Amino acid sequence: MTRWWWPWGVLVLLGAYHGLNPGMGWLFAVARGLQERRRAALWQSFLPIAIGHEAAIGAVVVLVAFAQLVIAPQALRAGGAGLLLAFAGYRIYRQQAHPRGFGMRVGLRGLFGWSFLMSSAHGAGLMLVPILLSLPPSGANQDLGLVAYAAGLSPWEGLLAATLHTAALLAVMALVAVVVYERYGVAFLRRAWLNVDLIWTIALLGAALVTLFT
Amino acid sequence: MATLLKADPTFYPSPKLAMQAPPETVAYAVIVNPGKGPDGLAVLDADAASAGYGKVISSLTMPNSGDELHHFGWNACSSALCPYAAHPHIERRYLLVPGLRSSRIYVIDTKPDGRALKIVKTVEAQEIANRAGYSRPHTTHCGPDGIYVSALGGPDGDGPGGIFILDHNTFEVRGRWELDRGPQHLAYDFWWHLGYDTLLTSEWGTPKMVEDGVNPEILLKGGYGHQIHVWDLPKRRHRQAIDLGPEQQMVLELRPAHDPTRAYGFVGVVTSLKDLSASVWTWYLEGGTWKVRKVIEIPAEPADPKQLPPLLQGFKAVPPLVTDINLSLDDRFLYVSCWGTGQFLQYDVSDPFNPRQTGSVHLGGIVRRAAHPDSGPLNGGPQMVEVSREGKRVYLSNGLYNSWDDQFYPDGLKGWIVRLDADPAGGLSIDRRFLVQSEQRYHQIHLEGGDASSDSYCFA
Repeated sequence: MTRWWWPWGVLVLLGAYHGLNPGMGWLFAVARGLQERRRAALWQSFLPIAIGHEAAIGAVVVLVAFAQLVIAPQALRAGGAGLLLAFAGYRIYRQQAHPRGFGMRVGLRGLFGWSFLMSSAHGAGLMLVPILLSLPPSGANQDLGLVAYAAGLSPWEGLLAATLHTAALLAVMALVAVVVYERYGVAFLRRAWLNVDLIWTIALLGAALVTLFT
Repeated sequence: MATLLKADPTFYPSPKLAMQAPPETVAYAVIVNPGKGPDGLAVLDADAASAGYGKVISSLTMPNSGDELHHFGWNACSSALCPYAAHPHIERRYLLVPGLRSSRIYVIDTKPDGRALKIVKTVEAQEIANRAGYSRPHTTHCGPDGIYVSALGGPDGDGPGGIFILDHNTFEVRGRWELDRGPQHLAYDFWWHLGYDTLLTSEWGTPKMVEDGVNPEILLKGGYGHQIHVWDLPKRRHRQAIDLGPEQQMVLELRPAHDPTRAYGFVGVVTSLKDLSASVWTWYLEGGTWKVRKVIEIPAEPADPKQLPPLLQGFKAVPPLVTDINLSLDDRFLYVSCWGTGQFLQYDVSDPFNPRQTGSVHLGGIVRRAAHPDSGPLNGGPQMVEVSREGKRVYLSNGLYNSWDDQFYPDGLKGWIVRLDADPAGGLSIDRRFLVQSEQRYHQIHLEGGDASSDSYCFA
């Protein structure tokens, strides 16, 4: 069991990556703080955004856990890879896609809904499929020597995966938002807003290959 | 459509940052060619260091006649940085130029060479009618989540007018914007307070009420628009109608504060039936309700009926006819065009309820016919105004709308474009080197990279 930690490490890194992406939360938090001219509006934004993200990830975790009960591992890997490929294809076709029907005054429930949609449309959960499939089978099953498809994610493992990922997002998002709001302002976005969506699409393609060949 | 690796450099998070943008080197102006062939789009040299400064560099001629090109706008602008629908890697590249009479929308590519324009797509009237039920597209604004276009009415020439959305990737008509229009029937201009999720619309008349010229019967009955409407922008619902009074006829250009944290703006009224005066009103949010107050009134000037067109002879006066206004990016200076009297005014609106006049220039006018330092007498008057991002340059053209041009300037309106220098402390002077004159007419002007009426911002 060497390198048992690598899937967990990737989960954290992906969460941090979402945390850095201006389009996924921190910029919305900063904008709300600036619009209302109060620090509280900034801080209040973090949790609804994080919970929305966790919900989007959680939906995928639950799907994967159920799929593991009924689909053979090899077939599941192929299916996951196919989904990732199709999704990356869609993102190449619709490069400027973004949610509609939101505004600056969505409120906390609106922020949750926005974050859920944004994370789902981004494929944040889908990206975790190869990692979820690489997590070691839960202990009880191992003890019994059952390594076939009953050896899936336990509910606790799934929850831990989603939460760890979201905690990384929350920490990075809050850090960037507070530093930008308190100190730097948003002017640097003009130069520094790299097309992270393009990088993300490439990562989705990479994840599809990893799923297929590991 | 190409995707950029970094955010488009012409997008600015806030109006304050946009004021630091480099000066424009070219300006785009709509060419209207009444009854003499197709309209077009002119590229003007706005680079003061260039030998061709103040002259037309090139012009694109449309493939059809009778479009009556009017207002236009960009496919994308600073609103692409808005956090709830961010897509900053789209390019500010295409000009969307609607024909107010033909209802076609030309999509014109400004790259790779902003001086050699080409049409890459035409949205036909039929598509707008089929998908949105609208006709006679007027104002376009690049919104945070699509391109918004207002329309004067339906394909039959009656109301209601409203707003439809174009997809900012494909320029396909996505459909009607309003989910619930409430009592709104007449349409003209629109803009928004992005920080307040609020959209405003103004009222002119249906196509049938305006296309054959101003109709004195409708006017004297107070039948042209006299309200502004307040809407919930994300929910697409009518919230409030504000009546300026039935004597206030034709409520046109809406100029909300650029700073998204400020909930006020200015709207111009063409004329009052009481005394032919024109006015500017300030709308503002107070206790959850939007209100409006008249802040500028410009009186009519007495005139010898022999100097007046038939339409005005009975009144023995020239109405100022405020047909366009514009607000500098710092929300400090409001510019007001008096197309009838040929006067162009600058007000300091630091206090939006107490404007203070800081500048005035005369050019053209129904009676005055004031000349540019390098021209003979001019007709038409200051009409479309555009203000550069840092607020130091103001561009003016003199065409209003063909059938109306002919009523108020029956000797045949001849087009001109001038540039004024605006003193940052207040005051206006005519730039002697910049004068374009033509047998054709000019309408809206936009500047390379954006200007005071092209972009909206989500950050203060």
